[in-house]
Amino acid sequence: MSNFIPPKETGFRALRNIRRSQSQQKRLSIIIRWIIALFLMFFAVFPVIWIVSASFNPADTLATQRLIPRNAGLDNYRELLSSPVFPYLKWVGNSIKISGITTLLSLSITTLAAYAFSRFRFTGRVNLLKAILLIQVFPTLLAIVAVFLMISQIGDVIPRLGLNSHAGLIMVYLGGAMGVNIWLMKGFFDTIPREIDESAMVDGATHWQIFTLLLLPLMRPILIVIGILSFIGTYGDFILARVLLKSTEQYTVMVGLQIFTSGQFSQRWGQFTAGALIAALPIMIVYLALQDKIVGGLTQGSVKG
Amino acid sequence: MRQVKPQVGGEEAERFTLGFITRILVTIVLDAAAIWFVSRLITNEDYVLAAALSIVAIIISIIMLRHKAYPLRWMSIGIFFMFMFSIYPILFTVYVAFTNFGDGHLLDKDQAITQIRRVRYVPEGGTSFTWTAFRALDGDQNEFGEYALWLKDREGVGYLALPGQPLQRLGPGEGLAGEFDRNGIPLEIAGYERLNAITLAASGADAELREIVFGSDTDGVQIASAQTASQNKARYLYDPAADTFTDQQTGDIYTAVDGTYVTADGLKRLTPGFQSFVGLDNFRRFFQSPALRGPLLRIILWNFAFAFLSVVTTFALGLTIAYIYNDPAFPGKKIIQSFLIIPYTIPSLITILIWRGLMNPEVGIINVTLRNLIGSAPDWFNNATWAKVAILLVNLWLGYPYFMLICSGALQAIPKDIYQAAEVDGANAWQRFQKITLPLLLVAVGPLLVASFTFNFNNFNLIFLFIQGGPPIAGATTRAGHTDILISYVYNLAFAGGRGFDYGLASAVTILIFFIVATITLFQFRFTKMWEEVSENV
Repeated sequence: MSNFIPPKETGFRALRNIRRSQSQQKRLSIIIRWIIALFLMFFAVFPVIWIVSASFNPADTLATQRLIPRNAGLDNYRELLSSPVFPYLKWVGNSIKISGITTLLSLSITTLAAYAFSRFRFTGRVNLLKAILLIQVFPTLLAIVAVFLMISQIGDVIPRLGLNSHAGLIMVYLGGAMGVNIWLMKGFFDTIPREIDESAMVDGATHWQIFTLLLLPLMRPILIVIGILSFIGTYGDFILARVLLKSTEQYTVMVGLQIFTSGQFSQRWGQFTAGALIAALPIMIVYLALQDKIVGGLTQGSVKG
Repeated sequence: MRQVKPQVGGEEAERFTLGFITRILVTIVLDAAAIWFVSRLITNEDYVLAAALSIVAIIISIIMLRHKAYPLRWMSIGIFFMFMFSIYPILFTVYVAFTNFGDGHLLDKDQAITQIRRVRYVPEGGTSFTWTAFRALDGDQNEFGEYALWLKDREGVGYLALPGQPLQRLGPGEGLAGEFDRNGIPLEIAGYERLNAITLAASGADAELREIVFGSDTDGVQIASAQTASQNKARYLYDPAADTFTDQQTGDIYTAVDGTYVTADGLKRLTPGFQSFVGLDNFRRFFQSPALRGPLLRIILWNFAFAFLSVVTTFALGLTIAYIYNDPAFPGKKIIQSFLIIPYTIPSLITILIWRGLMNPEVGIINVTLRNLIGSAPDWFNNATWAKVAILLVNLWLGYPYFMLICSGALQAIPKDIYQAAEVDGANAWQRFQKITLPLLLVAVGPLLVASFTFNFNNFNLIFLFIQGGPPIAGATTRAGHTDILISYVYNLAFAGGRGFDYGLASAVTILIFFIVATITLFQFRFTKMWEEVSENV
């Protein structure tokens, strides 16, 4: 195109033609790209639409499902929430309790440690930071046999911390608290100039006062985002809860949903989809609302590796 | 404090104030709790955990008390949980990998010996008795145990049998026995009340009674039926000096080999076995047992293929989408993105289970539709190849939004003038993509590709929830399926049961995974110079 030199007399016209064909081309490309987008969006959303439809379909089975259900109603939800075999609301409550406590405790652990890593200089600091990174290479999942045996041994001494207890599960989750988030959080502490704390120190503030009164308020936005992500992560965990929790009453919602699918899964499809929607919707909404922040966090991760 | 931050003055004076005293008190309380817990663990014979907890308690105490460790005090809770629930399980896994811990080897040696010594047999020509039960008035507080038996042999001679005591031949009024009734049974035994056979059976106490060996350990009597009790002997005699069991019935001698008592020819073994070190046996079993090696090799190959293909497909689709809509002026870009990240927003467990319903071979919507359109549909669950395809498809759906987000971020970071320069030089769209976009993108996204590989390498949820590793591999001695990856195979070995739990082998496979993941991660550190970067940034 750069080699094209228009003859003098028809120059303006040719230019206009080129512009027009360029804008036509552009419009065409946008239309094609939108058609592709619609196609992709259909595949992304189809399973969700399908389970929404299934959850309102009074026929509970997979075989009888159709996209627009006949006699749509809330039967599945009613059955799910009143089922004596599956205490669904209890599961949701358990999940919220476990994830909430885990998130609060692990945020406290992480911020305290990150503050120390950011503000103090002590021997072994760099090695400790590196060690934390290295330990994260081995996922807890791999040591699950050991975790199981350990929790059952602890439970022999204090049953409330042992197998089938929420406290035991939370302890195991906290084992990962000193993880990657420390690096992230330390980075954020590093961005707050040290002059702020130094001037406070001149005024006689202790480290604890500086941490709680000065720096924590400044960190609040990032704490909320990390907290929400950590909550979602714990909420979605399956395998540790599956191995450590034994009785139906104690299950988290994820373990409970998996139990639905054992045995006659296709016969309980309607109830399962209702439960899946209840469990997934709050998370979906949070994700979509926080989209930009999460994307920001992800790309930051890509910069840091 | 001064060593830590020289510019902080005045806090030296605080060393003996309230804060200091509180710290001492907290440390004392924590250590007291730790000592109590450790002592209970030792009573339960959980020595490894007791040792680990002691070490952590000492570390925490040092952190709390040493002035120099002040910064570590800020992270003491985190360090505690990291040691107990991240590091200890890893070390314990390594330990278990060298033992035979598992089904039939759950007890320690003393417990196993006690159980084997309890096995009894009825010797040829042994006497049989009729019996009457008595219960001690002071219940299980009695020095000889809760129950006593009155035995009568065929000649009508009566014996008093107490657990752990030789039989006493007694007439009316002799020893503890009172007057006899007309069947030759004492009306009373001092300190005991006589039990009625019918109420005994009704109360269920006779089951308890059948377990008790009356008389001495080597030559006892045990209840055999509602009327008769028969003489029996301990079947295996333990010799503590030689650590051998001798079978009293057959004369076989059993010695302890790798946690099991076996005869010299190895044909007979005693149960239960006990925990013991077996060295590299668990690892050797991979290579020597064909029934184990075959499936395991398949699992490893599929594990790599699965992780690799998952990364390639999700990255390719994510990049394609990001590239198509990379134009900031593209109308509705935001809406498209919101819709396309939906798979990423649902907890993966839920979406995996949904797909399991959608891909159900008989009644799932996908196969119903395919059958209507082309007349046939693949059996996603029972055909090994199609099951693998199904897993990759589901993972593609789950994983592309992540790379779409990453790539669209990274694409925007590539300076626009490079493209303009290339365009001037006459490069076409494909050349620009291949020669400029891809290399630049790979530099930014490379570490995430490796991370995604290690994640998928251990993507337990997908394999386990979608299809539980099935369809099964024929002829495998342990539970193994065509779509099993190492981590789900470990889970089956340790928890799925059916064919027994084998924690030792499970831990050995875990160590294998450790090494693979660690190698990949080290490679990543090397490749991306991340380690150096980390070192500089701290």
